[in-house]
Amino acid sequence: MTGHDHDHHHHHHGDHDDHSELSETELRVRALETILTEKGYVDPAALDLLIETYETKVGPRNGARVVARAWTDPRYRGRLLKDGSPAIAELGYAGRQGEHIVVLENTSHLHHMVVCTLCSCYPWPVLGLPPVWYKSAPYRSKAVKDPRGVLKDFGFELPEGTDIRVWDSTAEIRYLVLPMRPAGTDGWSEQRLEALVTRDSMIGTGLPKQPREIA
Amino acid sequence: MEGAHDMGGVAWSDPVEPEPDEPVFHAQWERRAFAITVAMAMPGGWNIDMSRFARENRPSDEYLSKSYYQIWLAGLEQLVLERGLVASDEIEAAKPLHPAKPVAKILTPAGVAAVLHRGGPTDREARSPALFAIGDRVRTKVIHPPTHTRLPRYVRGHVGTVEMLHGVHVFPDSNSLGNENPQWLYTVTFDGRELWGPDGDASVKTSVDAWESYLEPA
Repeated sequence: MTGHDHDHHHHHHGDHDDHSELSETELRVRALETILTEKGYVDPAALDLLIETYETKVGPRNGARVVARAWTDPRYRGRLLKDGSPAIAELGYAGRQGEHIVVLENTSHLHHMVVCTLCSCYPWPVLGLPPVWYKSAPYRSKAVKDPRGVLKDFGFELPEGTDIRVWDSTAEIRYLVLPMRPAGTDGWSEQRLEALVTRDSMIGTGLPKQPREIA
Repeated sequence: MEGAHDMGGVAWSDPVEPEPDEPVFHAQWERRAFAITVAMAMPGGWNIDMSRFARENRPSDEYLSKSYYQIWLAGLEQLVLERGLVASDEIEAAKPLHPAKPVAKILTPAGVAAVLHRGGPTDREARSPALFAIGDRVRTKVIHPPTHTRLPRYVRGHVGTVEMLHGVHVFPDSNSLGNENPQWLYTVTFDGRELWGPDGDASVKTSVDAWESYLEPA
């Protein structure tokens, strides 16, 4: 399998964004894949399937379904907050990097934010693979010391009097934020509510969309 | 180890830069680097803590100058070289030069869904009671091992409160060396000013998940 698309997001990838270096990386990945394949350690069809899984099947729409279910079904919400992984598995999402999920409920007084200062731990089954900013030095360094500054980088501030609780994912426990249901959504179906749930609102660096934003 | 990966609280001039409509991967080579890394854990036989240590155990300037998947690639190269699955002359030649080493099993297309669904649970049976209870005040130890640890520098030596018990989990510090040594795992929560002094934000609390041997009574 070959590829020619170069990285167009230089500012996210450190200072080494000159063309030749990226080409060198491409060649090195291709060389390693060739060696591993020819030695029989990897099956290229399995590699294709892994990529397809995380590009098309496992992503934040899974988490949005979990949140919308919790917003509409109080008993489900209760199970989800008591023990995350089994409740999430009821909707068919489970496994790698989501073996031990704890769900954190935002309130009008408390806002949760999730980070992994040491690497990139993230609840894959419900959010997919982490975005570049989540793995970046600015987020990993700032989230634990100045979370309000991080929220400003994301373009919003919390109302006065809201405390912040930051969860550094240092073990295999994975955290998912249950954001507050937006006002003005009484009687909405689960499916309609899903459209309000953003990835960032489930990490704690954003809020759900307002009804008018999807009208 | 004292690596550049341990970033909590480090001053950084750039803001966090969210990317609108970000794709899962930004280049074809990232897709392949991701997939070979995930697939190689099975024939390679290493665990997640060995993978993490292979990525973080490099000079700070190298860690900070590489992109995320470049670090994955460097970590994978190191793991296959250490175990003799691939030789350095093969990486330079970009092709196999030596016979393959026998491996127990490889990831097949038919096995992908089951392997991902199973994941790698780290909880283990408790063989002793937990030393600490919810609400207990604990102090994190000041440790600086040259090997893998999941106790970030910014919480070492600080007093916090046990907020959750997660049961007994594989201990990364020893698991990265091949010994699971499962221990009680706690969420320990610290006040902003305990971690960052008088300039800290008193309306912020931060937690880490800490294994029992990271902690002592406060």
